[in-house]
Amino acid sequence: MNPKRKQRLIIVLFIVFGVGIAVGLTMFALSQNINLFYSPTQIAAGEAPHNTRIRAGGMVVDGSVNRDQQSLNVTFDITDYDQTVTVHYNGILPDLFREGQGIVAQGELDSNNVLQASEVLAKHDENYMPPEVADALEKSGNMPKPEAEVYNK
Amino acid sequence: MSEKKNWMPRWFYQLASPRWSYEIMGKLLPGFAVAAFLFLIAGTVWALLFAPPEAYQGNSYRIIYIHVPSALLAQSCYMMMAIAGAIGLIWKMKVADMVAKSCAPIGATMAVLALATGAIWGKPTWGSWWVWDARLTSMLILLFLYLGVIALYSAIENEAMAAKSAAVLALVGLVNIPIIKYSVDWWNTLHQPATFKLTERPAMVPEMWLPLLVMVIGFYCFFAVSLMMRTRNEILVRERRASWVKELVEKQ
Repeated sequence: MNPKRKQRLIIVLFIVFGVGIAVGLTMFALSQNINLFYSPTQIAAGEAPHNTRIRAGGMVVDGSVNRDQQSLNVTFDITDYDQTVTVHYNGILPDLFREGQGIVAQGELDSNNVLQASEVLAKHDENYMPPEVADALEKSGNMPKPEAEVYNK
Repeated sequence: MSEKKNWMPRWFYQLASPRWSYEIMGKLLPGFAVAAFLFLIAGTVWALLFAPPEAYQGNSYRIIYIHVPSALLAQSCYMMMAIAGAIGLIWKMKVADMVAKSCAPIGATMAVLALATGAIWGKPTWGSWWVWDARLTSMLILLFLYLGVIALYSAIENEAMAAKSAAVLALVGLVNIPIIKYSVDWWNTLHQPATFKLTERPAMVPEMWLPLLVMVIGFYCFFAVSLMMRTRNEILVRERRASWVKELVEKQ
């Protein structure tokens, strides 16, 4: 390789790795702001601010969904298998919402650490399966569950 | 005393010749076109008619058969554009610049397709068209990078200058590719983590991922066809003063 080309190669590598390091450090500094939601552990530890709009993400706890018969009010707990946060919501839930489903709720934390949600989004996990497979797995109790780390980064 | 060392295989230097590249691409085109056609038709029919529905999403999950290949291709195309740009910068190879220029509109289209299909899937599944999570945002940045490259090419009249600036932008933006890939692992995102990992079995049954694989191969073949057609066109335009191009035009 002639010296001129070598010099240009070094410049190209310098651009790629220089930008890589710069962006990497920026991302590292901003890592908490890039997270879409707080995990229940972070909320329990008081890391999430009160009286401002935040998002909380976790799995809907089995048997915790409490629907009001007269209105659209619903309360449920979300967990990252470590801590649990109660969410209160008034509105139509997405189709995928069910017990054991991962969700992300946006709203404000009140003084009792209950999230007063204004929006509930369902979080689909990476598992795709046909209905028969899902039924069989459900019966045998081997349903793949996202790990706690999914909600706790 | 000047001992010449060959760093690269012969075809690499042959690629520097616009004429040789034009001809080799002409020979490769029909094969890829037929493959793209067959794979895309087979994959679409398989995906829409024979693949089983998903347990919780029903049939709406079938949009992955467009979403996943287009998102993959948008990223591969970007890497190709950046590498071609780097080769153009280092070896001053005109054909590499032309390949990089031809990559940009294809990649931008794929990025738009991935974002649009994702939004259409997101509305029924998540309950929202768009969320500013790390995966979606980094993918949007990829689209803007493509648009920036396209804008540079059309704003700068001098071809060599345009290629140089676009290559630098493409190389700077290369940092975004690993961010897109690992955004779902590094941060809390609404977008699910990867279903396919190199080290693990896919979290999907073969009846679902086989048609997806067929679609991915079809998309890549389609990309090859479209890239070669664009590059050949670019070669003819830029080499319009060369005698072999004049001969070629006169023959038709």
